[in-house]
Amino acid sequence: MRFNLNGKTVDVRAHPMARLLDVLREECGLTGTKEGCGEGECGACTVLVNGEAVNACLVPFGQVRGASIVTIEGLRGRHPLQRAFVTEGGSQCGFCTPGTIMAAAALPKHATLDEVRTGLAGNLCRCTGYSAIYRAIAKAQLAQGGGTTTTNRKRNTRRQGTIR
Amino acid sequence: MRRRARTPVVGRSVPRREGLEKVTGAARYIDDLSFPGMLHGLTVRSTVPAGEIQSIRFDFDPSGFTIVDHTDIPGRNVVAAIVDDQPCLAERTVRHVAEPIVLLAHESRERLAAAKVHIDYSPGTPVFDPAASKETLKAITIEKGDVGRGFDAADVIVEGEYRVGHQEHVYIEPNGVIAVPSGSGVTVYGSLQCPYFVHKALKTLLGLPGDKVRVVQTETGGGFGGKEEYPSIIAGHASLLALKSGRPVKLVYDRSEDMLATTKRHPGVIRHRSGVTRDGRLTALAIDVLLDGGAYTTLSPVVLSRALIHACGPYRCDNVRVTGRVVMTNTPPNGAFRGFGAPQTQFAMEVQMERIAETLGLDPVRVREVNALRAGDTTATGQRIGRDASALRVLGEAVRRTDFRRRRKALAGTNRGLGLALFLHGAGFTGSGEVRLASKASLELTGRGARIRVANTEIGQGARTTLAQIVADTLGMPIDAIEVSQPDTARVPDSGPTVASRTCMVVGGILEQCAREMKRQLAGMTPREYLRRHGPLVVTRQYEPPPGISFDEETYRGDAYATFAWACDVAEVGFDPVTYEVRPVKMTAVQEFGRPINPVLAAGQIEGGTAQGLGYALLEEVVMLDGRMANAQLTNYLVPTTRDTPPIDVVMVENRYRHGPFGAKGVGELPFDGAAPAIVNAIRHLGIDIRDLPATPERIMEAIDRGGRGIRRKA
Repeated sequence: MRFNLNGKTVDVRAHPMARLLDVLREECGLTGTKEGCGEGECGACTVLVNGEAVNACLVPFGQVRGASIVTIEGLRGRHPLQRAFVTEGGSQCGFCTPGTIMAAAALPKHATLDEVRTGLAGNLCRCTGYSAIYRAIAKAQLAQGGGTTTTNRKRNTRRQGTIR
Repeated sequence: MRRRARTPVVGRSVPRREGLEKVTGAARYIDDLSFPGMLHGLTVRSTVPAGEIQSIRFDFDPSGFTIVDHTDIPGRNVVAAIVDDQPCLAERTVRHVAEPIVLLAHESRERLAAAKVHIDYSPGTPVFDPAASKETLKAITIEKGDVGRGFDAADVIVEGEYRVGHQEHVYIEPNGVIAVPSGSGVTVYGSLQCPYFVHKALKTLLGLPGDKVRVVQTETGGGFGGKEEYPSIIAGHASLLALKSGRPVKLVYDRSEDMLATTKRHPGVIRHRSGVTRDGRLTALAIDVLLDGGAYTTLSPVVLSRALIHACGPYRCDNVRVTGRVVMTNTPPNGAFRGFGAPQTQFAMEVQMERIAETLGLDPVRVREVNALRAGDTTATGQRIGRDASALRVLGEAVRRTDFRRRRKALAGTNRGLGLALFLHGAGFTGSGEVRLASKASLELTGRGARIRVANTEIGQGARTTLAQIVADTLGMPIDAIEVSQPDTARVPDSGPTVASRTCMVVGGILEQCAREMKRQLAGMTPREYLRRHGPLVVTRQYEPPPGISFDEETYRGDAYATFAWACDVAEVGFDPVTYEVRPVKMTAVQEFGRPINPVLAAGQIEGGTAQGLGYALLEEVVMLDGRMANAQLTNYLVPTTRDTPPIDVVMVENRYRHGPFGAKGVGELPFDGAAPAIVNAIRHLGIDIRDLPATPERIMEAIDRGGRGIRRKA
């Protein structure tokens, strides 16, 4: 079945009811997308299908015929979110990171902090408490010429000081 | 030779070393790996909480299957831990739901999933209520002074009972391993915190010498204690299948199996009886702790130990009696989880302190100020607190920063509450634990710089980066010159487990010693010059305790920990009187842990630990029905999402620890301990009498039905 994967047209053979998650990880060999729960709750399997963030564990392969799919590998390390997640501590154990970055990549450039929180409500992170993720997104928004007064405010990007 | 001035990296937020791999999807976790000829494994588990196995019937075409039961175990059928009471595979007796009985392996996951195994049991009589259990796994008493006299000297006596439930780790990556047979031995790759714990368990289970067992940690998607001791079991299972089939076997749990079968935080009931003077000074503390250990001993004695040592919180009292038991119930064994007993008992102590303040009509800050440990005071075990005591400092800073007193007055009677918690956490193993561990770390000279060789694992906390920072600055080399070896028992010494907030402070300290010695031997040469002139250089050092530390494990008296870290959390919550939901609006976390080696990584521990504590306080409830977790799915076991987590204001107070590398103490667990009591004390400020966790809307509704909104002053 033909579809567009990370900018390239591919033809992959798999059962139409196979989970998209498994087809990406196995038939396509792209292991960046992770399985955290298999029930569409944790978001570790988030990929973009026609620009929309979806849980690949809930998408039957047959549904993506002719669709355009972007996985974490498709960002090629060049998306501002990726660098920002490294410098701002948005990634600790890293397991939720690919899904979280894909969900964040689908957010509008001018998303407020509140909109970011709602947009990422389907991505569970057990390590960070989310604050560093917001800081990373705010930083990436700035790099992309986006951001709003809410996310640009120093309060969200400044490192907390140490009292001696 | 030209020398460039080098900027020290300790104290700076050097980016996480494996950060690029993690953000590009290149990092390889266990389920991303494959070996030629690999089979998939499956664990057949008990469906009854107590009973005897009468028969096992396989109802599938066995072609291509490897089947393993307890008779296939070459060594001893135990999961080697403190007390060897837990079988790796049940023989006849079953003591909990999800107890492993039979293992299957096959090339095809579909054939595996379709394989029916029928097990008949003669049911036993399970015990689910810890208070009704007749099997005590461990009992400990801590005594100081004379509680009788202490109560006589009190003006008021305040009693309370506090309950905390299970908590599930929910590391986003479930447990998984791949066992690869090699010669007459086995190599296990896995998502784990402690390669040498697994190594030890496999030697016993498989009857193999140490050099025939190799354990390698792969990139691990979170641990929090849930991958401290549990992996010995999954690694044992995969190894048995690998050895019998002669092929690599991948055994990875899905979320629901992981939640059903693996360890959880110990539930507890903590009873307090406190004698206080009218101005709030503690004259006597009598505390009784009952923890639910589940079906086998595992690490319960150590959890009880830490729970009791932390039971009095950061407070001084001349007359103390702390008694505790951890008991057996027919539920899956409980185990390590960030805090390891301290969150349970400190929750109780902090709510008790709040009730003392309420009963006496005193300001909750004042009650804590009066009783906080100061330099020169002693703890319940008689440990003299020294210069590294920061209870009053963190309390003062938290109160100042949140304008606590004024804000509390302003919020009184509204649907917003403000509460605080003062707490501490002993870093490293209790008592002589670190000396017994005798951790060793090695530093190997390379052409570019040095390679760190330790068994401590990167599990998200940043160990790979902070240890490299410590070594880089001690050697005076750029951080890029420092490599960190993958934790592989064939290549690294046993530097002890990645637990107990010890990796940076204890193992970082040993590496600092290695680096000092390496620098001395280099004597100004570059690594390349040295290697050319003298050949290879590996410096190995063993843990040495700080001077003057001693603890008696018979009497539970002395220095329980080399040092403590201290913190004060303030929680502001909003209450919805229609849905009974409590939402955290803001958290302030003031924490003293020596000093941060890497501020971004340290803040990550504080923010993450606080968020996990919010889950413990409000959302995370394990529902047990007949000894089985009934909500083993993320749909109905709720962990905090972005919408549940407020902004967390992090303040790091510096108080450099003399015996920690560059002044650092441990910080991995401290942040977890205080979030839940701060939240509950904020709920109490709303006038709702909550004493149990989690404070779900149902419990809040019941508390209001019982006592209204307005806490009556009574002991």
